[in-house]
This record gives sequence, structure tokens and C-alpha cells, in this order.
Amino acid sequence: MAIRSCIKIKSEWDIVKARQQGRNLAKEIGFGIVDQARVTTTVSELARNIYLYAKTGEITIEPIFDGEKKGLKITAKDNGPGIPDIRIAMEDGYSTSGGLGAGLPGVKRLMDEFIIQSKENEGTEIIVSKWLR
Amino acid sequence: MRIPILKLKDFLLISIQVELDDQTALQFQEDLLNKIHQTGAKGVVIDLTSVEMIDSFIAKVLGEVVDMSNLMGAKVVLTGIQPAVAITLIDLGITLKDVPTALDLEQGLAKLEQDLEE
Repeated sequence: MAIRSCIKIKSEWDIVKARQQGRNLAKEIGFGIVDQARVTTTVSELARNIYLYAKTGEITIEPIFDGEKKGLKITAKDNGPGIPDIRIAMEDGYSTSGGLGAGLPGVKRLMDEFIIQSKENEGTEIIVSKWLR
Repeated sequence: MRIPILKLKDFLLISIQVELDDQTALQFQEDLLNKIHQTGAKGVVIDLTSVEMIDSFIAKVLGEVVDMSNLMGAKVVLTGIQPAVAITLIDLGITLKDVPTALDLEQGLAKLEQDLEE
């Protein structure tokens, strides 16, 4: 059975490592190819956000269960600068890093559940999950 | 890690078969532009058949390399985008609107030849 996986994000290479873990776990738990890509992409976006904005942090990927239902939960946690206005950060096309601004709103669309908590100067925690259909 | 760039007549062919990390993607951008400059290539096909995931960063790098190549006078076609990748990109809100694409390498080359005849 798939087990919990925790990846420390400290360099660009850790982004690749995290998304490979994401793909492996998604495959193991039984997601189809499209949802595997959704999970992998989500992990990549969240890991890159940590690397870009907080420099360091960690990504945890774990199986979740609800009765008969199986899924995957991804937690991205950092002690970075935090997001001053989550509402703006969730708007399509908004980016402070010169990116496409697809990150957070995109991740929300890729996943089934999306929770974000952030405090300025304390850090950000994003918890998302995807259920097997 | 360097992505090999092959020359075939007036065209450059690239098949991305590695897990793209940020550095490799950026290095590829530079390598391709240098190769266009050296060879005077008129067209480029970047085949993504083996790519299992495109996130917003890689999408940005690909979109940019198309624009940069256009500035140098070379047309770029992206080919072989997998169904799961296409679905994920649209979920992300990335349409790569102005980027020429084709189903596979063969159709990509045909598209370039057609465009260059006009």
C-alpha cells in the first residue's frame, strides 16, 4: 500500500523529486493517466511556489480514505513571507514572480478540494486532495 | 543535462525524452536559439510525445522559445502533446494560444514545409 511521503524543498532539483513522488503515489493508489498528470502537475506547482517565494519548505503526499473512497492528499508548507491577499493570489493571471499566474487557481481546478492558509511573515500552508472516481 | 538538437535539411528536430527540470528547460532554450543562429534553420519541431507533465513553468519556457525563435526567423511547431498533458494544461488555464501545434512529428514537419512554401 502507498505510504506517506515527505519531500523537503530546498533546490530546483527537489521540485523534480517531489513531482516524481507525486506520480508514483498517484499510480500506486490507482489513479488513471489523466489524474496522475493532474497530481504530478499540482505537486510541481506547489513545490515551485515554495522554492520561488519561501526558498524552503516541505511537501507531504499521503493516501486518504473516506469509507469506500480512496484519494491522495498533498500538503505544501513553508515558513516564508506568506501571501498578503489570498483573494488576489487566487485570481487567474496574477503573479509576482513573472510566471504565468496559473499556479494557485490552476491547482484549485486540478484538485477536488483546496484549502489555503497564510499569514504574512509566518508562512503558507496549502492542503489539496484528489479522490479516485 | 542537455537536450540533443538534430538538424535535418532546413529543420531542427528535438525530441524531449527527459524529465524536464528548470535548468534543463532554460539551457534548452539557449541551446536551441544558438543552434538556429549557427545553422540558419528555417523551422523547428519540438516533439513532446514522451513528456508526461507540463506545469506552468515549463509551459512558459516553451511559449517563450517559440516567440524567441520566431524573432530569429525560425518557425516552431510543438508536436505530440499527450491527451493527459492537454487536459492538465487547460485545467491550469494555459492554452498556448499562438503556438503552432501538430499531432505528431510527421504532421509537424508537413506543417512547416507547407508554411515555408507560402
